[in-house]
Amino acid sequence: MTKNIREITYAKAISEVLDQEMEIDDNIVILGEDVGFLGGNFKTTEGLFEKYGDLRVKDTPISEAGFVGMGVGAAITGLRPVVELMFCDFIAVAMDQIVNQAAKIRYMSGGQVKVPLTIRTPMGGGRSSAAQHSQSLQAWLVHIPGLKVVMPSTATEAQGLLKTAIRDDNPVIFLEHKMEYNNIYKVEENVEPIPFGKANIVKEGNDLTIVATSNLVNKSKEVAEELESKGYSIEVIDLRTIVPMDTETIVESVKKTGKLLVCDEGHLRGGIHNEVAQAIMKDVFYYLDYPVEKIGTDNVPLPFSPALEFDVIPSKEKISEKSKEMIGG
Amino acid sequence: MKNYSKEFLKDLYSTMYKTRRFEEEVFEFYKKGEMPGLAHLYLGEESIAAGVCAGLEENDYIGSTHRGHGHLVARGADTKKMMAEILGKSDGYSKGKGGSMHIMALDKGILGANGIVGAEIPIATGAAYKSKVKNTKQVTVSFFGDAASNQGIFHESINMAAAWDLPIVYIVENNLYGISVDIRKVTKEVKLSERAKAYGIEGITIDGNDVLKVYETAKKAIDKARDGGGPTIIECLTYRHQGHHVGDPGIYKDEEEQNEWKNKKDPLKKYKAYLLSENLLKEKEIDKIKEEVDEEIYEAAKFAHESPYPDSKEALTDVYA
Repeated sequence: MTKNIREITYAKAISEVLDQEMEIDDNIVILGEDVGFLGGNFKTTEGLFEKYGDLRVKDTPISEAGFVGMGVGAAITGLRPVVELMFCDFIAVAMDQIVNQAAKIRYMSGGQVKVPLTIRTPMGGGRSSAAQHSQSLQAWLVHIPGLKVVMPSTATEAQGLLKTAIRDDNPVIFLEHKMEYNNIYKVEENVEPIPFGKANIVKEGNDLTIVATSNLVNKSKEVAEELESKGYSIEVIDLRTIVPMDTETIVESVKKTGKLLVCDEGHLRGGIHNEVAQAIMKDVFYYLDYPVEKIGTDNVPLPFSPALEFDVIPSKEKISEKSKEMIGG
Repeated sequence: MKNYSKEFLKDLYSTMYKTRRFEEEVFEFYKKGEMPGLAHLYLGEESIAAGVCAGLEENDYIGSTHRGHGHLVARGADTKKMMAEILGKSDGYSKGKGGSMHIMALDKGILGANGIVGAEIPIATGAAYKSKVKNTKQVTVSFFGDAASNQGIFHESINMAAAWDLPIVYIVENNLYGISVDIRKVTKEVKLSERAKAYGIEGITIDGNDVLKVYETAKKAIDKARDGGGPTIIECLTYRHQGHHVGDPGIYKDEEEQNEWKNKKDPLKKYKAYLLSENLLKEKEIDKIKEEVDEEIYEAAKFAHESPYPDSKEALTDVYA
């Protein structure tokens, strides 16, 4: 049976899944700033307020710590809240509730409670939103046991991974790249849930492995396709979930290519690039033909002016240059 | 004064006395070097938890604090499992992973003690939101201290609960000190219930060491919340007999002030004197309650001591569901 394929935006892909899940499970509620009447700052909750009412789709005051904490309380008492933080930078405002409460309450209780809480939040630069609305803070969250961290690349990936996130009984941080929201994708109807901890090989190749997150997967894939005509064979792996991390798929690929480039939009210092490299090193050490390299955001706050911003964040050009250098080296 | 049944009056005394004995025993653990880490004792504040929890139904929720033993005892938590947890043993409520500051008993509606001051307030508010969404008629009580009322999360949470008429009652246990800092040094308006006005809800300040006053005030607020009337802030004026935690001698407190609270204003002494003077209970009946509680505490401590430490493998479980 062929499935119906539609062209929808990444933002629509998100709101569609929220709708589908809310329809089958009335324990799902949405909390966040402007998620109701406005349908979300990035239109990711459009139509839900009208359909499910203001008790299940709750426009909150500007109280990030407060409504994330309410999500924790609602989750341990039986709801499955999907909380939206309008920008991932605002995680900093809610950090106690995420790090000290959501992530630890199950452990501290000796397993008495589950915390089926999803926190959706847009990340990434590219919109001249400057230092407080452009960050990619996944490395902070990856550090905390008890959280799962998900970074979908495409609209289809966002649908499959969001279904899994909502159905998961743990706190899941779901990072959506804000530059993706208006991109149009061909998406099947009723995308199946995508399991966590299973990376996706989006393009096979033999000369270099690129492990990428979020929309750098798409950029890396384009680079790989462009360089193919010049005789470069690049394997691109979509990490999908940082916690749990599928090291096996990366190890197998690097054993084949001997070279690894990690692309993630977080800052280069203390970033998940380093985590990926270290996680596989023991298994690939004798297979490596080149030092592991990384593409990320420079260790500076995100600047406002496009003339500056695009200099410090990852780009197709940077990935392409680094790939050629590594394969040639 | 309403006419209370003898059983009700006895239960209140029993809960208060049990809390006191529980805390005295925990203090002993500490003095003997048997307890890992620290504990924050509820000595001197027993009437608040006892009075408030007497007004709750079985399926209701409570959110607790670092000074949470009293809330748990009053809610009917198993003293054996509590003491085992405090000693870091495998039979504790959290299998030794939480300790004094993180005791949770979800089967009793206890959403957990909490080591971050004020952090439990939004969690309790979230439980109340759940009850509203699912129309379960459950009420949540959120306990916290005067110091927590100066955390930003206090404002965020109560503002939302008020805006949405959530079924919750906020109990401020104002024991005057945040560790060593007198509330009067860091807060202009020390009548903390006044803050309710800012949220458009009712705020009341009462003598927290008068257990029947606490019960009556809390019960009214709980009933109102259950009937859809929204939240109330009840400030209970009280005093902790000990330092911030075991081992803190409390040198910042005035001696005269301490003596007054430990004697004339002590909640157990006050309640007992009232019961006897009004002929509601006889001395012998009170002694019998004490005997029963003493036995329970003895057994709880014995159970906790005899419980084995958790297997080291246990450290790696319960991280994810």
